[in-house]
Amino acid sequence: MSSCALPLSNVAPGRVTLKQGGGGRAMRALIEKLFIREFAAMPFDGVGLGAMDDGAAIPIGDQYLVITTDSHVIHPIFFPGGDIGRISISGTVNDLTMMGVTQLLGITCAVILEEGFPLEQLEAIQRSLVDTCIEAGTVVVTGDTKVMGKRELDGIVINTTGIGLARRVVRDNALRVGDKLVVTGTMGDHGLAVMAARHGLELEGNLVSDVAPINGLIAKALEAIGEGIVAMKDPTRGGLSSSLHEMAQKSGVGIVLEERKVPLTDAVRSAGEILGIDPLHVANEGKAVIGVAPHLAEQLVAVLREHPLGRNAAIVGTCIAERPGSIILDTGFGRRLLAEPEGEPLPRIC
Amino acid sequence: MSELKFRDPAMARHLAETLVHLMAEIGRPVAVMHVCGSHEQAIAKFGLRSLFPKGLDVIMGPGCPVCVTDVPEVDEGVVLARQGVRIATYGDMLKVPGTVQSLADAQADGARIDVIYSPSQVVDLARGTDEEIVFFATGFETTAVATAAIVTNDPPKNLSILSAHKYIPPVMEIVSEMPESRVEGFLAAGHAATITGSAVFEPFVARHKLPVVVAGFEPLDILAGVVELVKLIRDGEAKVVNTFPRCVTREGNLPAQELLWRVFRPIGGRWRGIAHVPNGNLRFRDEFAHVDARRRFDIDVKSLWDYAPPHLAHQCICGDIMAGIRNPVDCKLFNKECVPENPVGACMVSNEGTCKIWHLYGGVPDLSEIAI
Amino acid sequence: MCLGVPGKIIDIHGSMATVDFWGVRRQVCLDIVDEPVTAGDYILNHVGFAIRRIPPETISETLALYEQLMEENDMDVMAADVRGEIEAARE
Repeated sequence: MSSCALPLSNVAPGRVTLKQGGGGRAMRALIEKLFIREFAAMPFDGVGLGAMDDGAAIPIGDQYLVITTDSHVIHPIFFPGGDIGRISISGTVNDLTMMGVTQLLGITCAVILEEGFPLEQLEAIQRSLVDTCIEAGTVVVTGDTKVMGKRELDGIVINTTGIGLARRVVRDNALRVGDKLVVTGTMGDHGLAVMAARHGLELEGNLVSDVAPINGLIAKALEAIGEGIVAMKDPTRGGLSSSLHEMAQKSGVGIVLEERKVPLTDAVRSAGEILGIDPLHVANEGKAVIGVAPHLAEQLVAVLREHPLGRNAAIVGTCIAERPGSIILDTGFGRRLLAEPEGEPLPRIC
Repeated sequence: MSELKFRDPAMARHLAETLVHLMAEIGRPVAVMHVCGSHEQAIAKFGLRSLFPKGLDVIMGPGCPVCVTDVPEVDEGVVLARQGVRIATYGDMLKVPGTVQSLADAQADGARIDVIYSPSQVVDLARGTDEEIVFFATGFETTAVATAAIVTNDPPKNLSILSAHKYIPPVMEIVSEMPESRVEGFLAAGHAATITGSAVFEPFVARHKLPVVVAGFEPLDILAGVVELVKLIRDGEAKVVNTFPRCVTREGNLPAQELLWRVFRPIGGRWRGIAHVPNGNLRFRDEFAHVDARRRFDIDVKSLWDYAPPHLAHQCICGDIMAGIRNPVDCKLFNKECVPENPVGACMVSNEGTCKIWHLYGGVPDLSEIAI
Repeated sequence: MCLGVPGKIIDIHGSMATVDFWGVRRQVCLDIVDEPVTAGDYILNHVGFAIRRIPPETISETLALYEQLMEENDMDVMAADVRGEIEAARE
């Protein structure tokens, strides 16, 4: 795989482009070159910006205070299976969870609205925020509200920041050769559901987002497996492929992914084929990929499957020494390298 | 429905074994070519190249309609977009570079571009508004038939079509006539042949004495097609064989063919990187001038060239790559100035472009030795 | 644009059909398919248009074709076990 230096902005020199928000290499390049460089060099005791993990971790006594922030700009705002409210809370709870947080302390919620935004929709979003907080066992403790003029903003933007406590910070860079990779359920559900709704692709069927807070599920896993769980990540933008690439690159291992073991719903598999989009590159909002010591992998899957959000958990891959940073896909017919997604996949025809 | 999915790995391994034996009998390297982007996608996606024996080269030819859509054609779309005309396009074409910009760039500058999946959606789009919509219609004959269907079905008055459609059989001639070509047989695209029928290849086979096998797109379809092709090469038989009876017959879909040629006529034109392909481009017949965007609008592509920044296009060897005579690694720009985020040639843009596939999948790496 | 996907017709209304693709449904236009179709037929969909009715007998025809191609391989001592695997998978 090439590792050529990416220009900061290339299509329109001197301007940010949409692909830099897509979760792939272009976005990482923007973040690394622009935002991270100086902050990462400033003194900080803990897991900070340079680690580019799901959150930051600050040692406090014998625990860690973990903090994470996210802005939510999803469109359409309401999609099969959820809405921007549900994804705002779930996304932040899940990021904290991926860092090893077992005690949620609270969430902030800042909302920016476009003038003219329908109140009825805002109320529905608020209900989702509340319901999802209850589900996750947390609460919004402080926030902010702004209104911008018509067309100065597209509908609504929500920013959430979450804080929690972790006894042990679980990173995304600690995979070792031989470790197994487990996913907590079916892949590609959220991204394909949203894409089908967004592009008016007129696909009906069971394309439903999996958006959900998974802190309960992961708490059970950590309780049972403890330090056997060496790494965790939630495969959001860029899908499983993006997460695995990041984990592999940061850990210095290669990963062999067995395509046939990756759980997919029939609808996702089919929609992916019709649209020419690989479910491995598509966002999930209620799932985790977990790196686990090999002798504990089966047990981890069993524990996950006991929970309603982990019924389709499966072992999907193994870490190897060869080709560090690369993901080798075993298709069942042969092997090839799995590409890193670059930006938002568009349905292709050919 | 599972009987329609031909993906049994045991059968695949067995077909691969057959290939090994056939190649051993032939006793020398063999190169065959396929001319369909979806074949390349399937081969890459399922990792089929790792099943082909060493010595057998399955080369991708100019079968990616995105890749062969020439720069001036993209420019036509871009000019219209910049003029404020709303453009509907298939997703694949959005990022293909023109002389100065791609449609995606134009969109970033404020042009209105709608990504669609089906020509029916374009009709719905046009019915839902008063403004002019131009459908940038790309794709080979299979897709051209769908375009033909909407223009003969009382299309809305505010809709016109910019046809960049292409016709595949002529380009097989060009490739076989290239002196450097080592191609001994062709795998033909099953879906295009669904429309045209397998008979369309018979004159080609008679003229060039090269076998043509029509193959489908499931992994077993492709393997079986390659086995049949190598078998014909071993036996020195030049004929057309159809291994895709589910979708292809000898005559093809006659009503669709009739529709296609009623609406379009073939003209010679440039395919990106391959220069002139006689009868390779499809343009509207005069009876359909009323839906022809080229006749409705004044498209001045030269206006773009004043802004053209210095570019590397003259070093791009997409043409040679598409003809199967060079590989991406032979190109000075590959993976350096030319990468998917910043493509110089179309082969790096399309998901079926050879350069894109090599970039993404790391060429044709030997991964068989890795043990878990 | 070559991507064609097979699907099964659920119902027909005028020149459009509701087609099921392994649990996902889409409307497909029947204007250019070459034979009359009914609910239950398989068709090949390309950019939202049915371009071919897939006759069920061609499925077994295709499988027979693969077997015949594999028979080229007289020298293959593995053939027996692979055949066994295939037979077992069919049951």
